[in-house]
Amino acid sequence: MQGFLVRRLVLVVPTLFLASLVIFAIITLAPGDPVRMMLGTQATPDEVAQERARLGLDRPVPVRYAIWMTHVLRLDLGRSQVNDQPVARLVLQAFPYTLRLTAGALAVSVLIGFAIGILAALRQNRPADLVFTGLASLGLAVPSFWLGILLILLFSVTLGWLPPSGVAESGAPPLAALRYLVLPVVTVAVSNLSVFSRFVRTAMLEVLTAHYIRTARAKGLGERSVVIRHALRNALIPVVTILGIQFGRLLGGALITEAVFAYPGIGRLVVTSILNRDYPMVQAALMLVVLIFLVANTIVDISYAYLDPRVKMGEAR
Amino acid sequence: MRAGGGRAATVIGRLLRHRKGSFGVVVLAALVLAAVFCPYVSPYDPAQIHLAAQLAPPSPAYWFGTDELGRDILSRVLYGARPSLGAGLLVVVLAAAVGSATGLLAGYTGGWPDAVVMRLWDTLLAFPAVFLAIGIVAVLGPGWINGALAIAAINIPIFSRLVRAITLSLRGQDFVAAARAVGCSDGRIMRAHVLPGCVAPLIVQMAIAAPDAILVEAALSFLGLGSRPPAPSWGNMLSAAQGYLGRSATYALFPGLAITLVVLGMNFFADGLRDALDPQQVRSV
Repeated sequence: MQGFLVRRLVLVVPTLFLASLVIFAIITLAPGDPVRMMLGTQATPDEVAQERARLGLDRPVPVRYAIWMTHVLRLDLGRSQVNDQPVARLVLQAFPYTLRLTAGALAVSVLIGFAIGILAALRQNRPADLVFTGLASLGLAVPSFWLGILLILLFSVTLGWLPPSGVAESGAPPLAALRYLVLPVVTVAVSNLSVFSRFVRTAMLEVLTAHYIRTARAKGLGERSVVIRHALRNALIPVVTILGIQFGRLLGGALITEAVFAYPGIGRLVVTSILNRDYPMVQAALMLVVLIFLVANTIVDISYAYLDPRVKMGEAR
Repeated sequence: MRAGGGRAATVIGRLLRHRKGSFGVVVLAALVLAAVFCPYVSPYDPAQIHLAAQLAPPSPAYWFGTDELGRDILSRVLYGARPSLGAGLLVVVLAAAVGSATGLLAGYTGGWPDAVVMRLWDTLLAFPAVFLAIGIVAVLGPGWINGALAIAAINIPIFSRLVRAITLSLRGQDFVAAARAVGCSDGRIMRAHVLPGCVAPLIVQMAIAAPDAILVEAALSFLGLGSRPPAPSWGNMLSAAQGYLGRSATYALFPGLAITLVVLGMNFFADGLRDALDPQQVRSV
């Protein structure tokens, strides 16, 4: 198991390296001169050249990449070109917000997704299944930003139960902070929930026809035990894989949802820094997103091995 | 495709008898009709400002109400079909073309071209799709075409892997060996013998990718990175509507409803198409 863990973790490094190349290329190719943006149109060519030298933008591209990379490895992410704050601090400020949002949405979609998926599988082609399947199709088609707007319209504008945007001031009691999280979490969760419950349903249907389920029933086990101990554990294997793939979707959903709710997370940081051409910021935020995504997938792979001892071999590959 | 007419007719017949598929066909037809004929069926010019009727609720004069400038929302929703359908089409055509060319080449030749192309796709797939699209829009600059190019780019790896996988399985078949034996060039074998085997899965993948592309395009316009105002698109209408939630409850309703209906219909269309092209396989998802 340890060998598998180490091998799996080592695999993250080359992908992260390639991703850093892609991110650097994106930023280097981006049009618009950040120095001109910072100094305004009044700056003389001399001032521009000086500033470019100060930021290292006059060096050849590979050298700039190497410099950036060595800084990143020392966790020095540079300063924002817009407000001169350390990028690391801004990113670290935004990160917990995104983490709270995605973790909340993940928890909600896993809990409800499992419940709905199992129920739909047990009631295959009966009214409850058809209703759930229909709702899942709808949940997949509804754009998250529209859902967010509808929720604001209902729960904030009309009913006045929940705040329409932003986050609680720091130091607010946890319950007050939670109120700000409800609508964004629901918004992100709905589309994931829909995908998720479908996969649980399919996996359960497949497992429920297996011989060992018939055996379990034949030896007189209660339905609850058959479903939970025998069927669910085996159905988990394909579902957990999907969880890894879904995580990217979850992050993408969080990005758009943050925009709807003026929620100060990584997604909003990426969008505003792109609009401001704040290169160090975009680089750092995108790197962090890729890192989170890779770590999530690695965790999924590892738990996959835990759930299905046959996977551990890895040597077979 | 030779002798394809009969097969196409069978597939269309199956699609129309498919419950979800037929719903999808209707929605897709409505979308195409709206995109093509919106100048003739819209009650108003989508840019025409009616200052006397700002943020008006639905009424006989304005069926869907009006926006903050008094523009007719129904007309704008109808015109909004254009960037949506356009993005869907452009994305799937581009992604399918580039994806099948690279996938075919990688799968057929193997060796280092295969390794290089596949590592590149692995890296691109390491990014959450929406973030990558936004990164690409950052390079190209905001706008409808650039948004569509970015969405095409995030779809290319998927198409490429699909075609590569099929190519790998066909490459070793007897009919390919036979073609080589009678002296066909590699180019001809790829074009005339391998590619046709990829067509059905490619069509299904295009049908799956199109509604997704429409959703991402709407999201990009919502964020201000795709279609730009004043040209009406469902995404930027919703972005504007969010500022007036307290004053008009219906403004935000119709553009979102349009996106949902189209995406739902096209998802069903893809389901139907998949079943129609491959009726033996009964799927439960």
